Amino acid sequence: MWEQIRDNQVRSIVLVTAMGIMLLLLGSFLGQALLGDWSLGLILALLIWIVMTLVGYFQGDSILLSLSNARKIGPDDMPRIYNVVEEMKIASGLEKMPDIYIVDDPALNAFATGRDKNHASLAVTSGLLQKLSRDELQGVVGHEIAHMRNRDVLLMALCSVLLGTIVIIAWYGSRVLFFAGGTRRSSSGGGGAQIIILLAAVVFMVLAPIMAQLIYLAISRKREYLADASSALYTRYPEGLASALEKIAASTEQLKSANSATAPMFIINPFRKSGRMAEDLTSTHPPISERIRILRAMAGNISLAGYEAAYNQAHKGSGGVIPRSALVSGDSTVQIDQASTAVTQAEKERAREASDVLWKLHNYREVTCNCGLKFKIPPDFKGGSFTCPRCNTTHTL
Amino acid sequence: MWIAILVIIGIAIVLVLIIAGIYNGLVGARNQVKNAWAQIDVQLKRRHDLIPNLVETVKGYMQHERGTLEAVTNARNMAVKAVDSGVAAQAKAEGELSQALSRLFAVAENYPDLKASQNFLALQEELTSTENKISFARQFYNDSVMQYNNKIQMFPSNIIASMGNFKEGEFFEVTATVEREAPKVSFS
Repeated sequence: MWEQIRDNQVRSIVLVTAMGIMLLLLGSFLGQALLGDWSLGLILALLIWIVMTLVGYFQGDSILLSLSNARKIGPDDMPRIYNVVEEMKIASGLEKMPDIYIVDDPALNAFATGRDKNHASLAVTSGLLQKLSRDELQGVVGHEIAHMRNRDVLLMALCSVLLGTIVIIAWYGSRVLFFAGGTRRSSSGGGGAQIIILLAAVVFMVLAPIMAQLIYLAISRKREYLADASSALYTRYPEGLASALEKIAASTEQLKSANSATAPMFIINPFRKSGRMAEDLTSTHPPISERIRILRAMAGNISLAGYEAAYNQAHKGSGGVIPRSALVSGDSTVQIDQASTAVTQAEKERAREASDVLWKLHNYREVTCNCGLKFKIPPDFKGGSFTCPRCNTTHTL
Repeated sequence: MWIAILVIIGIAIVLVLIIAGIYNGLVGARNQVKNAWAQIDVQLKRRHDLIPNLVETVKGYMQHERGTLEAVTNARNMAVKAVDSGVAAQAKAEGELSQALSRLFAVAENYPDLKASQNFLALQEELTSTENKISFARQFYNDSVMQYNNKIQMFPSNIIASMGNFKEGEFFEVTATVEREAPKVSFS
Protein backbone atom coordinates (compact mmCIF):
# COMPACT_ATOMS: atom_id res chain seq x y z
CA MET A 1 0.00 0.00 0.00
CA TRP A 2 2.98 2.29 0.46
CA GLU A 3 4.07 1.54 -3.10
CA GLN A 4 4.03 4.13 -5.79
CA ILE A 5 0.64 4.05 -7.30
CA ARG A 6 1.43 2.97 -10.78
CA ASP A 7 -1.94 3.31 -12.49
CA ASN A 8 -2.07 6.95 -11.55
CA GLN A 9 1.46 7.50 -12.76
CA VAL A 10 0.80 6.04 -16.20
CA ARG A 11 -2.33 8.14 -16.54
CA SER A 12 -0.40 11.26 -15.52
CA ILE A 13 2.34 10.62 -18.05
CA VAL A 14 -0.30 10.25 -20.78
CA LEU A 15 -1.96 13.49 -19.72
CA VAL A 16 1.29 15.45 -19.47
CA THR A 17 2.26 14.18 -22.90
CA ALA A 18 -1.13 15.29 -24.23
CA MET A 19 -0.52 18.75 -22.83
CA GLY A 20 2.97 18.79 -24.34
CA ILE A 21 1.59 17.81 -27.75
CA MET A 22 -0.94 20.59 -27.43
CA LEU A 23 1.89 23.05 -26.83
CA LEU A 24 3.84 21.77 -29.84
CA LEU A 25 0.76 21.93 -32.07
CA LEU A 26 0.16 25.46 -30.93
CA GLY A 27 3.76 26.31 -31.74
CA SER A 28 3.64 24.83 -35.22
CA PHE A 29 0.31 26.51 -36.04
CA LEU A 30 1.72 29.81 -34.98
CA GLY A 31 4.92 29.18 -36.90
CA GLN A 32 2.96 28.48 -40.07
CA ALA A 33 0.69 31.46 -39.60
CA LEU A 34 3.34 33.99 -38.68
CA LEU A 35 6.58 32.78 -40.26
CA GLY A 36 5.19 30.49 -42.95
CA ASP A 37 7.16 27.54 -41.55
CA TRP A 38 5.75 24.67 -39.43
CA SER A 39 9.07 23.37 -38.19
CA LEU A 40 10.41 26.69 -36.97
CA GLY A 41 7.39 27.25 -34.72
CA LEU A 42 7.61 23.67 -33.51
CA ILE A 43 11.27 24.03 -32.58
CA LEU A 44 10.68 27.36 -30.87
CA ALA A 45 7.80 25.92 -28.82
CA LEU A 46 9.91 22.90 -27.90
CA LEU A 47 12.76 25.15 -26.80
CA ILE A 48 10.50 27.30 -24.67
CA TRP A 49 8.96 24.19 -23.11
CA ILE A 50 12.36 22.67 -22.29
CA VAL A 51 13.63 25.88 -20.71
CA MET A 52 10.43 26.34 -18.70
CA THR A 53 10.48 22.71 -17.56
CA LEU A 54 14.09 22.95 -16.42
CA VAL A 55 13.33 26.13 -14.53
CA GLY A 56 10.22 24.51 -13.04
CA TYR A 57 12.12 21.37 -12.05
CA PHE A 58 15.04 23.06 -10.36
CA GLN A 59 13.63 26.40 -9.25
CA GLY A 60 9.87 25.85 -9.23
CA ASP A 61 9.57 25.35 -5.49
CA SER A 62 11.68 28.35 -4.54
CA ILE A 63 9.89 30.57 -7.05
CA LEU A 64 6.52 29.50 -5.71
CA LEU A 65 7.59 29.91 -2.09
CA SER A 66 9.03 33.38 -2.65
CA LEU A 67 5.90 34.40 -4.60
CA SER A 68 3.88 33.33 -1.56
CA ASN A 69 6.11 35.32 0.83
CA ALA A 70 6.81 32.17 2.78
CA ARG A 71 9.52 32.04 5.44
CA LYS A 72 11.29 28.89 6.49
CA ILE A 73 11.12 27.71 10.10
CA GLY A 74 13.19 25.29 12.17
CA PRO A 75 12.33 22.93 15.05
CA ASP A 76 12.82 25.60 17.73
CA ASP A 77 10.78 28.37 16.09
CA MET A 78 7.44 26.63 16.17
CA PRO A 79 7.70 23.26 17.89
CA ARG A 80 4.08 22.27 17.37
CA ILE A 81 3.92 22.45 13.57
CA TYR A 82 7.42 21.03 13.29
CA ASN A 83 6.46 18.07 15.48
CA VAL A 84 3.23 17.47 13.59
CA VAL A 85 5.11 17.42 10.28
CA GLU A 86 7.70 15.05 11.73
CA GLU A 87 4.95 12.77 13.02
CA MET A 88 3.37 12.58 9.57
CA LYS A 89 6.76 12.11 7.96
CA ILE A 90 7.24 9.04 10.17
CA ALA A 91 3.72 7.74 9.57
CA SER A 92 4.14 7.97 5.81
CA GLY A 93 7.63 6.44 5.81
CA LEU A 94 9.10 9.47 4.05
CA GLU A 95 12.88 9.36 4.28
CA LYS A 96 13.72 13.02 4.48
CA MET A 97 12.09 15.68 6.58
CA PRO A 98 10.46 18.24 4.24
CA ASP A 99 11.24 21.94 4.70
CA ILE A 100 8.51 23.82 6.50
CA TYR A 101 7.43 27.33 5.51
CA ILE A 102 4.97 29.72 7.09
CA VAL A 103 2.93 32.15 5.03
CA ASP A 104 1.81 35.10 7.14
CA ASP A 105 -1.79 35.28 6.06
CA PRO A 106 -5.02 34.97 8.03
CA ALA A 107 -6.53 32.73 5.32
CA LEU A 108 -6.63 29.00 6.10
CA ASN A 109 -4.65 27.10 3.51
CA ALA A 110 -1.64 24.87 2.96
CA PHE A 111 0.35 23.57 0.01
CA ALA A 112 3.17 21.23 -0.82
CA THR A 113 5.76 21.77 -3.52
CA GLY A 114 9.05 20.34 -4.65
CA ARG A 115 10.74 18.06 -7.12
CA ASP A 116 10.37 14.64 -5.49
CA LYS A 117 9.90 13.24 -2.03
CA ASN A 118 13.47 14.07 -1.03
CA HIS A 119 13.29 17.67 -2.24
CA ALA A 120 9.95 18.77 -0.93
CA SER A 121 8.62 21.72 1.01
CA LEU A 122 5.40 22.27 2.83
CA ALA A 123 3.84 25.64 3.49
CA VAL A 124 1.00 26.51 5.85
CA THR A 125 -0.59 29.86 6.54
CA SER A 126 -0.30 31.35 10.01
CA GLY A 127 -4.11 31.47 10.10
CA LEU A 128 -4.18 27.71 9.80
CA LEU A 129 -1.81 27.31 12.74
CA GLN A 130 -3.98 29.53 14.90
CA LYS A 131 -7.38 28.08 14.12
CA LEU A 132 -6.74 24.34 13.88
CA SER A 133 -6.38 21.85 16.71
CA ARG A 134 -3.53 19.40 16.72
CA ASP A 135 -5.62 16.55 15.28
CA GLU A 136 -6.90 18.78 12.50
CA LEU A 137 -3.43 20.05 11.70
CA GLN A 138 -2.26 16.47 11.52
CA GLY A 139 -4.93 15.69 8.93
CA VAL A 140 -3.95 18.67 6.77
CA VAL A 141 -0.23 17.94 7.02
CA GLY A 142 -0.94 14.26 6.23
CA HIS A 143 -2.75 15.36 3.08
CA GLU A 144 0.23 17.45 1.96
CA ILE A 145 2.74 14.72 2.78
CA ALA A 146 0.60 12.33 0.73
CA HIS A 147 1.01 14.69 -2.22
CA MET A 148 4.79 14.36 -1.77
CA ARG A 149 4.71 10.57 -1.48
CA ASN A 150 2.44 10.15 -4.49
CA ARG A 151 4.80 12.38 -6.49
CA ASP A 152 2.00 14.85 -7.09
CA VAL A 153 4.32 17.75 -6.34
CA LEU A 154 6.54 17.14 -9.37
CA LEU A 155 3.57 16.47 -11.63
CA MET A 156 1.85 19.64 -10.46
CA ALA A 157 5.02 21.66 -10.96
CA LEU A 158 5.54 20.34 -14.50
CA CYS A 159 1.87 20.73 -15.38
CA SER A 160 1.59 24.26 -14.12
CA VAL A 161 4.69 25.18 -16.11
CA LEU A 162 3.15 23.63 -19.24
CA LEU A 163 -0.19 25.24 -18.66
CA GLY A 164 1.44 28.60 -18.05
CA THR A 165 3.49 28.31 -21.22
CA ILE A 166 0.44 27.41 -23.33
CA VAL A 167 -1.59 30.26 -21.92
CA ILE A 168 1.20 32.79 -22.48
CA ILE A 169 2.00 31.64 -26.03
CA ALA A 170 -1.67 31.57 -26.98
CA TRP A 171 -2.23 35.04 -25.56
CA TYR A 172 0.76 36.70 -27.20
CA GLY A 173 0.30 34.64 -30.35
CA SER A 174 -3.23 35.85 -30.84
CA ARG A 175 -2.18 39.50 -30.40
CA VAL A 176 0.70 39.19 -32.84
CA LEU A 177 -1.47 37.27 -35.28
CA PHE A 178 -4.00 40.03 -35.29
CA PHE A 179 -1.50 42.64 -36.38
CA ALA A 180 0.80 40.52 -38.51
CA GLY A 181 -2.08 38.68 -40.16
CA GLY A 182 -3.74 41.95 -41.01
CA THR A 183 -0.67 43.57 -42.53
CA ARG A 184 0.35 40.50 -44.46
CA ARG A 185 -3.05 39.99 -46.03
CA SER A 186 -3.15 43.55 -47.25
CA SER A 187 0.34 43.37 -48.76
CA SER A 188 0.29 39.98 -50.45
CA GLY A 189 -3.37 39.66 -51.25
CA GLY A 190 -3.44 36.28 -49.49
CA GLY A 191 -4.35 32.85 -50.86
CA GLY A 192 -7.29 30.72 -49.72
CA ALA A 193 -5.01 28.22 -47.96
CA GLN A 194 -3.35 30.99 -46.01
CA ILE A 195 -6.68 32.18 -44.65
CA ILE A 196 -7.76 28.67 -43.67
CA ILE A 197 -4.52 28.15 -41.78
CA LEU A 198 -4.96 31.50 -40.09
CA LEU A 199 -8.49 30.60 -39.06
CA ALA A 200 -7.36 27.21 -37.73
CA ALA A 201 -4.59 28.89 -35.77
CA VAL A 202 -7.02 31.35 -34.23
CA VAL A 203 -9.48 28.60 -33.28
CA PHE A 204 -6.69 26.49 -31.85
CA MET A 205 -5.33 29.37 -29.86
CA VAL A 206 -8.69 29.86 -28.25
CA LEU A 207 -9.14 26.17 -27.56
CA ALA A 208 -5.64 25.18 -26.42
CA PRO A 209 -5.64 26.94 -23.05
CA ILE A 210 -9.12 25.63 -22.27
CA MET A 211 -8.22 22.07 -23.17
CA ALA A 212 -4.95 22.25 -21.27
CA GLN A 213 -6.86 23.55 -18.27
CA LEU A 214 -9.34 20.65 -18.49
CA ILE A 215 -6.51 18.11 -18.63
CA TYR A 216 -4.89 19.78 -15.65
CA LEU A 217 -8.13 19.51 -13.71
CA ALA A 218 -8.54 15.86 -14.62
CA ILE A 219 -5.13 15.21 -13.10
CA SER A 220 -5.55 17.25 -9.97
CA ARG A 221 -9.05 16.28 -8.78
CA LYS A 222 -8.44 12.53 -8.52
CA ARG A 223 -5.22 13.24 -6.72
CA GLU A 224 -7.01 15.30 -4.12
CA TYR A 225 -9.19 12.31 -3.25
CA LEU A 226 -6.18 10.06 -3.14
CA ALA A 227 -4.32 12.45 -0.85
CA ASP A 228 -7.35 12.59 1.46
CA ALA A 229 -7.44 8.81 1.59
CA SER A 230 -3.72 8.60 2.33
CA SER A 231 -3.98 11.24 5.03
CA ALA A 232 -6.72 9.23 6.75
CA LEU A 233 -4.50 6.18 6.47
CA TYR A 234 -1.50 7.96 8.03
CA THR A 235 -3.37 9.51 10.92
CA ARG A 236 -5.86 6.62 11.30
CA TYR A 237 -8.26 9.40 12.22
CA PRO A 238 -10.27 10.75 9.23
CA GLU A 239 -12.34 12.97 11.52
CA GLY A 240 -9.28 15.22 12.02
CA LEU A 241 -9.03 16.10 8.31
CA ALA A 242 -12.81 16.25 7.98
CA SER A 243 -13.22 18.85 10.71
CA ALA A 244 -10.18 20.76 9.44
CA LEU A 245 -11.80 20.94 5.99
CA GLU A 246 -14.98 22.12 7.65
CA LYS A 247 -13.17 24.97 9.40
CA ILE A 248 -11.29 25.86 6.22
CA ALA A 249 -14.52 25.89 4.23
CA ALA A 250 -16.21 28.10 6.81
CA SER A 251 -13.50 30.77 6.77
CA THR A 252 -14.08 33.61 4.34
CA GLU A 253 -10.54 34.94 4.09
CA GLN A 254 -8.94 34.62 0.68
CA LEU A 255 -5.28 33.92 0.21
CA LYS A 256 -3.62 36.98 -1.32
CA SER A 257 -0.70 35.26 -2.99
CA ALA A 258 -2.22 32.66 -5.33
CA ASN A 259 -2.88 32.42 -9.05
CA SER A 260 -4.68 29.96 -11.29
CA ALA A 261 -1.56 28.00 -12.19
CA THR A 262 -0.67 27.32 -8.56
CA ALA A 263 -4.23 26.70 -7.37
CA PRO A 264 -4.17 22.88 -7.53
CA MET A 265 -1.27 22.79 -5.07
CA PHE A 266 -3.31 24.10 -2.18
CA ILE A 267 -5.37 21.90 0.11
CA ILE A 268 -8.48 23.72 -1.00
CA ASN A 269 -9.03 25.95 -4.00
CA PRO A 270 -7.79 29.42 -2.94
CA PHE A 271 -10.23 31.13 -5.34
CA ARG A 272 -13.40 29.63 -4.03
CA LYS A 273 -16.13 32.16 -3.52
CA SER A 274 -17.31 32.25 0.03
CA GLY A 275 -20.67 30.68 0.64
CA ARG A 276 -20.81 28.85 -2.67
CA MET A 277 -20.93 25.19 -1.76
CA ALA A 278 -21.65 23.52 -5.12
CA GLU A 279 -18.55 23.82 -7.25
CA ASP A 280 -18.63 23.31 -10.99
CA LEU A 281 -16.77 21.16 -13.47
CA THR A 282 -13.92 23.58 -13.88
CA SER A 283 -12.82 23.50 -10.28
CA THR A 284 -9.35 22.24 -9.44
CA HIS A 285 -10.64 20.58 -6.29
CA PRO A 286 -13.58 18.31 -5.57
CA PRO A 287 -16.33 20.00 -3.55
CA ILE A 288 -15.27 20.25 0.09
CA SER A 289 -18.64 19.07 1.39
CA GLU A 290 -18.19 15.89 -0.57
CA ARG A 291 -14.64 15.33 0.67
CA ILE A 292 -15.88 15.74 4.23
CA ARG A 293 -18.79 13.36 3.65
CA ILE A 294 -16.52 10.65 2.28
CA LEU A 295 -14.05 11.00 5.16
CA ARG A 296 -16.84 10.75 7.71
CA ALA A 297 -18.36 7.74 5.95
CA MET A 298 -15.12 5.82 6.46
CA ALA A 299 -15.95 5.50 10.16
CA GLY A 300 -14.22 2.41 11.54
CA ASN A 301 -12.71 1.09 8.32
CA ILE A 302 -9.50 3.10 8.01
CA SER A 303 -7.79 1.85 4.87
CA LEU A 304 -7.60 2.76 1.22
CA ALA A 305 -10.29 0.11 0.60
CA GLY A 306 -12.45 1.79 3.23
CA TYR A 307 -12.08 5.16 1.50
CA GLU A 308 -12.93 3.54 -1.83
CA ALA A 309 -16.11 2.07 -0.34
CA ALA A 310 -17.10 5.44 1.13
CA TYR A 311 -16.38 7.16 -2.20
CA ASN A 312 -18.51 4.66 -4.12
CA GLN A 313 -21.30 5.22 -1.66
CA ALA A 314 -21.17 8.92 -2.48
CA HIS A 315 -20.97 8.35 -6.26
CA LYS A 316 -23.10 5.36 -7.07
CA GLY A 317 -21.61 3.20 -9.80
CA SER A 318 -18.67 5.39 -10.78
CA GLY A 319 -15.18 4.07 -11.30
CA GLY A 320 -13.66 4.92 -7.95
CA VAL A 321 -10.57 6.90 -7.11
CA ILE A 322 -8.07 4.46 -5.68
CA PRO A 323 -6.21 2.47 -8.32
CA ARG A 324 -6.79 -1.26 -8.16
CA SER A 325 -3.12 -1.99 -7.60
CA ALA A 326 -3.18 -0.03 -4.35
CA LEU A 327 -6.23 -1.86 -3.07
CA VAL A 328 -4.87 -5.35 -3.59
CA SER A 329 -1.60 -4.81 -1.78
CA GLY A 330 -3.15 -2.87 1.06
CA ASP A 331 -6.40 -4.54 2.06
CA SER A 332 -5.67 -4.11 5.74
CA THR A 333 -8.48 -2.96 7.93
CA VAL A 334 -7.01 -1.06 10.81
CA GLN A 335 -8.80 -0.03 13.95
CA ILE A 336 -8.73 3.61 14.94
CA ASP A 337 -5.86 4.38 17.24
CA GLN A 338 -7.31 4.78 20.70
CA ALA A 339 -4.91 7.51 21.73
CA SER A 340 -6.37 10.24 19.54
CA THR A 341 -9.97 9.52 20.53
CA ALA A 342 -8.96 9.44 24.19
CA VAL A 343 -7.42 12.87 23.86
CA THR A 344 -10.57 14.41 22.42
CA GLN A 345 -12.60 12.67 25.11
CA ALA A 346 -10.46 14.29 27.81
CA GLU A 347 -10.78 17.66 26.08
CA LYS A 348 -14.55 17.34 25.93
CA GLU A 349 -14.70 16.55 29.62
CA ARG A 350 -12.58 19.56 30.45
CA ALA A 351 -14.77 21.80 28.30
CA ARG A 352 -17.85 20.42 30.01
CA GLU A 353 -16.40 21.06 33.46
CA ALA A 354 -15.66 24.64 32.50
CA SER A 355 -19.16 25.20 31.17
CA ASP A 356 -20.66 23.68 34.34
CA VAL A 357 -18.81 26.28 36.40
CA LEU A 358 -20.19 29.03 34.15
CA TRP A 359 -23.74 27.75 34.54
CA LYS A 360 -23.34 27.73 38.30
CA LEU A 361 -22.00 31.27 38.27
CA HIS A 362 -25.26 32.37 36.65
CA ASN A 363 -27.31 30.77 39.41
CA TYR A 364 -28.45 27.80 37.38
CA ARG A 365 -29.39 24.85 39.56
CA GLU A 366 -28.00 21.48 38.70
CA VAL A 367 -30.13 18.34 39.02
CA THR A 368 -28.73 14.92 38.21
CA CYS A 369 -31.23 12.28 37.16
CA ASN A 370 -30.89 8.62 38.15
CA CYS A 371 -30.13 7.73 34.53
CA GLY A 372 -27.06 9.99 34.62
CA LEU A 373 -28.44 12.94 32.64
CA LYS A 374 -27.65 16.34 34.14
CA PHE A 375 -30.08 19.25 34.01
CA LYS A 376 -29.31 22.93 34.36
CA ILE A 377 -32.37 24.67 35.76
CA PRO A 378 -32.54 28.44 35.04
CA PRO A 379 -33.09 30.63 38.12
CA ASP A 380 -36.36 31.97 36.72
CA PHE A 381 -37.84 28.52 36.04
CA LYS A 382 -41.55 28.75 36.92
CA GLY A 383 -42.78 25.15 36.90
CA GLY A 384 -42.49 23.11 40.07
CA SER A 385 -41.40 19.90 38.37
CA PHE A 386 -40.12 18.46 35.06
CA THR A 387 -39.69 15.03 33.52
CA CYS A 388 -36.44 13.56 32.27
CA PRO A 389 -36.69 13.03 28.49
CA ARG A 390 -34.65 9.85 28.63
CA CYS A 391 -36.10 7.82 31.51
CA ASN A 392 -39.37 9.73 32.16
CA THR A 393 -38.66 10.20 35.88
CA THR A 394 -40.43 13.24 37.33
CA HIS A 395 -38.27 15.61 39.36
CA THR A 396 -39.81 18.09 41.78
CA LEU A 397 -37.89 21.18 42.74
CA MET B 1 14.66 -25.73 -35.07
CA TRP B 2 16.35 -22.35 -34.59
CA ILE B 3 13.01 -20.79 -33.82
CA ALA B 4 12.35 -23.34 -31.09
CA ILE B 5 15.72 -22.64 -29.48
CA LEU B 6 15.13 -18.89 -29.64
CA VAL B 7 11.69 -19.29 -28.05
CA ILE B 8 13.15 -21.39 -25.23
CA ILE B 9 15.92 -18.87 -24.64
CA GLY B 10 13.35 -16.08 -24.67
CA ILE B 11 11.17 -17.86 -22.09
CA ALA B 12 14.22 -18.52 -19.91
CA ILE B 13 15.20 -14.84 -19.99
CA VAL B 14 11.68 -13.76 -19.09
CA LEU B 15 11.62 -16.28 -16.22
CA VAL B 16 14.94 -15.06 -14.87
CA LEU B 17 13.71 -11.47 -15.04
CA ILE B 18 10.50 -12.36 -13.16
CA ILE B 19 12.43 -14.23 -10.47
CA ALA B 20 14.90 -11.37 -10.12
CA GLY B 21 12.00 -8.94 -9.79
CA ILE B 22 10.34 -10.99 -7.06
CA TYR B 23 13.64 -11.47 -5.23
CA ASN B 24 14.40 -7.76 -5.32
CA GLY B 25 10.89 -7.03 -4.12
CA LEU B 26 11.46 -9.30 -1.13
CA VAL B 27 14.79 -7.70 -0.29
CA GLY B 28 13.23 -4.26 -0.60
CA ALA B 29 10.38 -5.22 1.74
CA ARG B 30 12.81 -6.69 4.26
CA ASN B 31 14.93 -3.54 4.22
CA GLN B 32 11.83 -1.43 4.69
CA VAL B 33 10.97 -3.47 7.80
CA LYS B 34 14.48 -2.92 9.14
CA ASN B 35 14.34 0.77 8.39
CA ALA B 36 10.92 1.10 10.01
CA TRP B 37 12.26 -0.58 13.13
CA ALA B 38 15.16 1.85 13.23
CA GLN B 39 12.62 4.69 13.17
CA ILE B 40 10.86 3.30 16.25
CA ASP B 41 14.21 2.92 17.97
CA VAL B 42 15.15 6.56 17.38
CA GLN B 43 11.91 7.76 18.95
CA LEU B 44 12.13 5.36 21.92
CA LYS B 45 15.64 6.61 22.67
CA ARG B 46 14.44 10.17 22.43
CA ARG B 47 11.73 9.43 24.97
CA HIS B 48 14.24 7.80 27.32
CA ASP B 49 16.36 10.95 27.10
CA LEU B 50 13.47 13.32 27.73
CA ILE B 51 12.14 11.64 30.86
CA PRO B 52 14.93 12.59 33.33
CA ASN B 53 14.39 16.25 32.30
CA LEU B 54 10.69 15.91 32.87
CA VAL B 55 11.11 14.35 36.31
CA GLU B 56 13.53 17.13 37.31
CA THR B 57 11.10 19.82 36.18
CA VAL B 58 8.10 18.27 37.84
CA LYS B 59 9.75 17.32 41.14
CA GLY B 60 9.61 20.79 42.64
CA TYR B 61 5.90 21.21 42.02
CA MET B 62 4.64 17.75 42.89
CA GLN B 63 6.09 16.81 46.25
CA HIS B 64 3.07 14.72 47.21
CA GLU B 65 3.27 12.55 44.12
CA ARG B 66 6.54 10.80 44.83
CA GLY B 67 5.00 7.41 43.93
CA THR B 68 3.94 8.54 40.48
CA LEU B 69 7.34 10.04 39.76
CA GLU B 70 9.17 6.95 40.96
CA ALA B 71 6.93 4.76 38.80
CA VAL B 72 7.93 6.83 35.76
CA THR B 73 11.64 6.64 36.59
CA ASN B 74 11.46 2.89 37.22
CA ALA B 75 9.49 2.23 34.04
CA ARG B 76 12.03 4.29 32.14
CA ASN B 77 14.96 2.31 33.55
CA MET B 78 13.21 -0.97 32.75
CA ALA B 79 12.59 0.21 29.21
CA VAL B 80 16.24 1.21 28.77
CA LYS B 81 17.28 -2.25 29.94
CA ALA B 82 14.82 -3.99 27.61
CA VAL B 83 16.37 -2.36 24.54
CA ASP B 84 18.27 -5.46 23.41
CA SER B 85 15.82 -8.14 24.51
CA GLY B 86 13.68 -8.69 21.44
CA VAL B 87 10.61 -7.02 19.98
CA ALA B 88 8.03 -8.52 22.33
CA ALA B 89 9.83 -7.74 25.60
CA GLN B 90 10.70 -4.23 24.47
CA ALA B 91 7.13 -3.57 23.41
CA LYS B 92 5.94 -4.63 26.89
CA ALA B 93 8.39 -2.39 28.74
CA GLU B 94 7.62 0.58 26.49
CA GLY B 95 3.89 0.01 26.98
CA GLU B 96 4.35 0.23 30.74
CA LEU B 97 6.39 3.41 30.38
CA SER B 98 3.61 4.95 28.29
CA GLN B 99 1.11 4.13 31.01
CA ALA B 100 3.28 5.57 33.79
CA LEU B 101 3.71 8.76 31.75
CA SER B 102 0.02 9.15 31.05
CA ARG B 103 -0.65 8.78 34.81
CA LEU B 104 1.89 11.51 35.49
CA PHE B 105 0.26 13.88 33.00
CA ALA B 106 -3.16 13.09 34.45
CA VAL B 107 -1.94 13.97 37.95
CA ALA B 108 -0.27 17.13 36.63
CA GLU B 109 -3.73 18.44 35.80
CA ASN B 110 -4.18 19.08 39.53
CA TYR B 111 -1.19 21.45 39.75
CA PRO B 112 -2.00 24.82 38.13
CA ASP B 113 1.48 26.23 38.86
CA LEU B 114 3.10 23.35 37.07
CA LYS B 115 0.77 23.62 34.11
CA ALA B 116 1.67 27.30 33.78
CA SER B 117 5.41 26.62 33.70
CA GLN B 118 6.90 27.23 30.24
CA ASN B 119 9.49 24.55 30.79
CA PHE B 120 6.84 21.98 31.62
CA LEU B 121 4.69 22.98 28.65
CA ALA B 122 7.62 22.62 26.25
CA LEU B 123 8.50 19.23 27.72
CA GLN B 124 4.90 18.12 27.55
CA GLU B 125 4.70 19.10 23.88
CA GLU B 126 7.92 17.20 23.18
CA LEU B 127 6.79 14.09 25.05
CA THR B 128 3.29 14.09 23.57
CA SER B 129 4.78 14.44 20.13
CA THR B 130 7.32 11.71 20.85
CA GLU B 131 4.47 9.43 21.96
CA ASN B 132 2.70 10.21 18.69
CA LYS B 133 5.87 9.59 16.73
CA ILE B 134 6.32 6.25 18.46
CA SER B 135 2.81 5.17 17.62
CA PHE B 136 3.12 6.37 14.01
CA ALA B 137 6.47 4.62 13.67
CA ARG B 138 4.90 1.48 15.13
CA GLN B 139 2.02 1.80 12.67
CA PHE B 140 4.42 2.11 9.74
CA TYR B 141 6.52 -0.77 11.07
CA ASN B 142 3.49 -3.05 11.38
CA ASP B 143 2.28 -2.10 7.91
CA SER B 144 5.73 -2.86 6.51
CA VAL B 145 5.84 -6.20 8.34
CA MET B 146 2.42 -7.10 6.99
CA GLN B 147 3.46 -6.26 3.46
CA TYR B 148 6.65 -8.28 3.85
CA ASN B 149 4.87 -11.27 5.41
CA ASN B 150 2.25 -11.19 2.65
CA LYS B 151 5.03 -11.51 0.11
CA ILE B 152 6.57 -14.41 2.01
CA GLN B 153 3.28 -16.28 2.26
CA MET B 154 1.67 -15.55 -1.10
CA PHE B 155 2.21 -17.47 -4.32
CA PRO B 156 4.48 -17.23 -6.30
CA SER B 157 6.84 -15.13 -4.16
CA ASN B 158 6.64 -17.71 -1.33
CA ILE B 159 8.71 -20.15 -3.44
CA ILE B 160 11.53 -17.67 -3.85
CA ALA B 161 11.21 -16.58 -0.22
CA SER B 162 11.70 -20.14 1.04
CA MET B 163 14.70 -20.63 -1.28
CA GLY B 164 16.27 -17.33 -0.30
CA ASN B 165 15.73 -17.97 3.44
CA PHE B 166 13.48 -14.97 4.10
CA LYS B 167 11.96 -15.13 7.59
CA GLU B 168 8.67 -13.57 8.57
CA GLY B 169 8.82 -10.32 10.53
CA GLU B 170 7.46 -9.89 14.05
CA PHE B 171 4.64 -7.41 14.73
CA PHE B 172 5.06 -4.73 17.39
CA GLU B 173 2.04 -5.52 19.54
CA VAL B 174 0.56 -3.31 22.21
CA THR B 175 0.77 -5.44 25.34
CA ALA B 176 -0.49 -3.09 28.02
CA THR B 177 -4.14 -3.95 28.59
CA VAL B 178 -5.21 -0.39 29.32
CA GLU B 179 -4.06 0.80 25.91
CA ARG B 180 -6.35 -1.71 24.24
CA GLU B 181 -9.48 -0.82 26.12
CA ALA B 182 -12.02 1.26 24.26
CA PRO B 183 -12.56 4.72 25.74
CA LYS B 184 -15.52 4.74 28.09
CA VAL B 185 -18.31 7.13 27.30
CA SER B 186 -20.37 8.47 30.15
CA PHE B 187 -23.20 10.96 30.07
CA SER B 188 -22.53 13.19 33.00
